[in-house]
Amino acid sequence: MKKAFVPLLLLTAAMFAYAPVIIAHADYESTMGLVQKVMYFHAPSGMVMLISAVVCGVASAMYLWRKNPSADRVAIAAAELTALFGLIVLVTGPLWARKAWGVWWVWEARLTMSFVGWLIAVGYLFVRKYGGPGSDKLGAALAVFGTANVPFIYVSVNIWRTMHPMTTVVPTLQAGMRGAFWFSALTLFMLYGLLLTARIHLERQRAALDELYLAEEN
Amino acid sequence: MFLRTALLVLRKDFAIEVKSREILYTTLLFALSCVLVFSIAFVREGEPLEDAAAGILWIAIEFAGTLALGRTFERERYGETLRALLLAPASRAAIYIGKMLGIVLLLAVCEVVLVPLVALLFRAELFRAPLLLVVLLLAGTIGFAVVGSLFAAMLVRARTRDVMLPILLYPMTVPLMIAGVRGTVALTHTPTDAASAVMWISLLTSMDVVFLVLALWTFEAVMTE
Amino acid sequence: MIRRLLLSVSMLIVAAVPVWALQPPAAQSEYVPVKDLPPVDQLPAAPLLVAAYSFIWLAAMFYLWTIWRRLGRVETEMRALEQRRQRSGSK
Repeated sequence: MKKAFVPLLLLTAAMFAYAPVIIAHADYESTMGLVQKVMYFHAPSGMVMLISAVVCGVASAMYLWRKNPSADRVAIAAAELTALFGLIVLVTGPLWARKAWGVWWVWEARLTMSFVGWLIAVGYLFVRKYGGPGSDKLGAALAVFGTANVPFIYVSVNIWRTMHPMTTVVPTLQAGMRGAFWFSALTLFMLYGLLLTARIHLERQRAALDELYLAEEN
Repeated sequence: MFLRTALLVLRKDFAIEVKSREILYTTLLFALSCVLVFSIAFVREGEPLEDAAAGILWIAIEFAGTLALGRTFERERYGETLRALLLAPASRAAIYIGKMLGIVLLLAVCEVVLVPLVALLFRAELFRAPLLLVVLLLAGTIGFAVVGSLFAAMLVRARTRDVMLPILLYPMTVPLMIAGVRGTVALTHTPTDAASAVMWISLLTSMDVVFLVLALWTFEAVMTE
Repeated sequence: MIRRLLLSVSMLIVAAVPVWALQPPAAQSEYVPVKDLPPVDQLPAAPLLVAAYSFIWLAAMFYLWTIWRRLGRVETEMRALEQRRQRSGSK
């Protein structure tokens, strides 16, 4: 399993390097032109952010109620990746918006709640780092609350009609755009899986180190 | 039994507070200073900006509430009564509800002073639909207290608890604040927009229910110390 | 000390360049549809697209590098512990 990591990482990097070629051949969107192609990275990053938030929440719930230490490791890894992909979403979005909407940012439902979700993920990481003893349970409770935010972020564009594209856009993509979109999405999902695996491995090694220290003291 | 425990905890906090009124007075004064500071930003040539009063009211409640939460649990930690509370043969959830009700009561008293004051200072017609305003404030305050009491209780033993409480609480309460402010703006409209206000109130109530359920689930698991 | 100062100044300059390059044009007094503007006033989309793509590369690589660095530290400690144990065990 471990041996597959580096080849898979190289494959993902190659796919990501090739993605612009596929995206360049995809159909142009009628109203936004070239800048719409940011969507091929922005939308999948958003999907990954929400998926990661749910993974963190579920793992945290398992940690809170079953006291399973490996669940805690998954939770902290997923939280870091929520923060990472959340940052990607919050940077690529305004870059697209500047041209498409004329402004960098609009305080509408999805943008505001995505920002809030990102802040909650960062707050989780702060709690784990600076919270002192008991911060693992504290963070887990925070993550459970943060996961309640996720369905709201997804559904908000359908309820409040604003400039942000609705969730119906992705399922109804035309054939000319579908290939490029799902290729980019696959690349980003693979990247997420690999980064998550690497981060969990780090956490497992840290736990093993703690075990060694404890064994030495005894 | 559950309700009795919760009310007992509430009565204990109330009795302590009535004696010194320390947290009440300091929270109230802090809220007033907040209002003063906001006046610098939201008043142009002596005239308050449109709809500024709604935002100022809710932010003052949030800031003052955060301080009150910190102080209430600091009192427990200082007197080392938290361990006694947790050792008591009472459901942890009941203790949590008691604490939460105490915060709601404290903030309600602050709001009784704050709302007329903000209406006066910023010339906002907050009392056009008083019943709706009370329900809106209650729903928002309960939501804030639910989330705040849980986080403050969790952070009692943390090292950096003073700064962590706002960092964790403010993002989580953003939906509550947005609903509260927009509801208040709807109530201060010239033809009172009762339909919108009711919509925001129902949104607040559903958020309160979600947060309360989550809090009751997690309180037991988190407060094991 | 000097090196750290130089490093932080150069990082600031590097960070400032895209911010300066992507500054919005002066505010308008009325709304004009983009297609009616003379071509020279329209925002070029390519730099935004390139910036978005590069950001993802940089973010992913930076994160991978932090994992690798943290892992290295943990494994160094583990090896040091192992060596200490062997030394005290063989005595």
